[in-house]
Amino acid sequence: MSGAGFAPPSGAPGIGPYALRTEGLGKGFTLHLQGSTHIPVLGGVDLAVAPGECVALAGPSGAGKSTLMRCLYGNYGADRGRILLRHGDGVVDLAAADPRLVREVRRDTLGYVSQFLRVIPRVPTLDIVAEPLVARGLPREEARARAAALLARLNLPARLHGLPPATFSGGEQQRVNLARGFAPHYPVLLLDEPTASLDAGNRAVVIDLIAQAKAARAAIIGIFHDTEVRDRVADRLFEVTSMQAAA
Amino acid sequence: MMHDLPHHPHPDPPPPAGEGRGGGVSGGACPLLAAHGLSLRYGAVPALDDVSLSIWPGEVVAIVGESGSGKTTLLRVLSGLLRPEAGEVLYRDPEGAAHSIHGMGEAALRRLHRSDWGFVHQNPRDGLRLGVSAGGNIGERLMATGARHYGCIRAAASDWLRRVEIDPARLDHLPRTFSGGMQQRLQIARTLVTHPRLVFMDEPTGGLDVSVQARLLDLIRGLVAELGLSVLLVTHDIAAARLLAHRMLVMRRGRVVESGLTDRVLDDPQHEYTQLLVASVLAA
Repeated sequence: MSGAGFAPPSGAPGIGPYALRTEGLGKGFTLHLQGSTHIPVLGGVDLAVAPGECVALAGPSGAGKSTLMRCLYGNYGADRGRILLRHGDGVVDLAAADPRLVREVRRDTLGYVSQFLRVIPRVPTLDIVAEPLVARGLPREEARARAAALLARLNLPARLHGLPPATFSGGEQQRVNLARGFAPHYPVLLLDEPTASLDAGNRAVVIDLIAQAKAARAAIIGIFHDTEVRDRVADRLFEVTSMQAAA
Repeated sequence: MMHDLPHHPHPDPPPPAGEGRGGGVSGGACPLLAAHGLSLRYGAVPALDDVSLSIWPGEVVAIVGESGSGKTTLLRVLSGLLRPEAGEVLYRDPEGAAHSIHGMGEAALRRLHRSDWGFVHQNPRDGLRLGVSAGGNIGERLMATGARHYGCIRAAASDWLRRVEIDPARLDHLPRTFSGGMQQRLQIARTLVTHPRLVFMDEPTGGLDVSVQARLLDLIRGLVAELGLSVLLVTHDIAAARLLAHRMLVMRRGRVVESGLTDRVLDDPQHEYTQLLVASVLAA
């Protein structure tokens, strides 16, 4: 593990019993092409999630829920504050971590299921799902077997496993994305609208997968517009308030 | 000349057991190649202005920017083909000894290019010998690193044609009878057959049709992961950088204006020029 970003410095409040904890997380965007307009989105977010807990982000559209998720994954850089994550035997501040450490955290600790699958040309579905397992050192055939089992559980027929998902329906692509996110059993899992384009049967499978991950002590943070799913999986809500509204 | 490469300020512990090739995130405590303060002017025009970068084992780093940003000059300086006016490039060999690229002399540099390094040119004609058969092009690089057994060389050449999706029946054909995409795949086979540790790629999909580009990018992506290669990729193609690179550097007028994790640079660009580059990409 690279050290840059390893936290916390002595004297600062630590991560405590949590798997993930943000302190004063702030994020805005400066649009240089639009006259350097600055758009503040998140101001001082303090979120703490324990192992085995599922927290649903709440707040109106535009409040910054997706921005917060992307900051937690390191996809957006934080302007202020810290994002402490339990990683292996240590604690990492993702807000200060160098790119190599972020990649390592994503390989071992932190998973993210986005709303849309980023399709890689020509790579078969099975390998897209197996890839994070192979990156961790699992033998390819074992990784593929685990991937196939999870895809089958998500009702994606075996005849599709060998095809690249570019031509799949939205719901099928989302299930590929879900399988890729759940296969590695990340200690911290971020879910952005995981059931948005799924039918009732597959929603139930996702609810099961989340319950199983919680039982395995994963910390889960999700955006669930489907209130029925949210009520089934979330232990509590975390309100994200827009800085725009506050201003 | 021997040097100590500057250590990463926070050394990594050994990678976890069973870390897959190509998944190499930790990949060792020391960079494979480290450049510091590179500067070079063409007349009054700064081609490189105080550029520093490092690449670690198993990392794919993209250098993006428009024509004239200095990215190809940077690749040529890093690979020893051009000498900077200021700054230094250090390479760490498999035994851990560090060598100054511009202080090692031409013979040593040529040896490095034949063994530890590979270079994939934008125009396959610059990387292939057009008067020599496909098999000969691949075999020649193997022989340059000491392979002598004709049967083994031919078998390896055949195997590499298959890996780059060229029918091994074309082994004895001249590259000039190949399409542009096939020539580029042949150049990649010729480069990778000796299992280099570090590969420089200069716009590898440059002159190709879009459909051919996608196939080539996917091929490169697969081989890089499978072989655990380190790659320095120069491209103006943002989509190619997103697909292949773990990290990227954005260059403008000889300077690195932004660098970091590929998806963060592209999804949350900070510098005005990076925002312009990202905004200019047509969404497909």
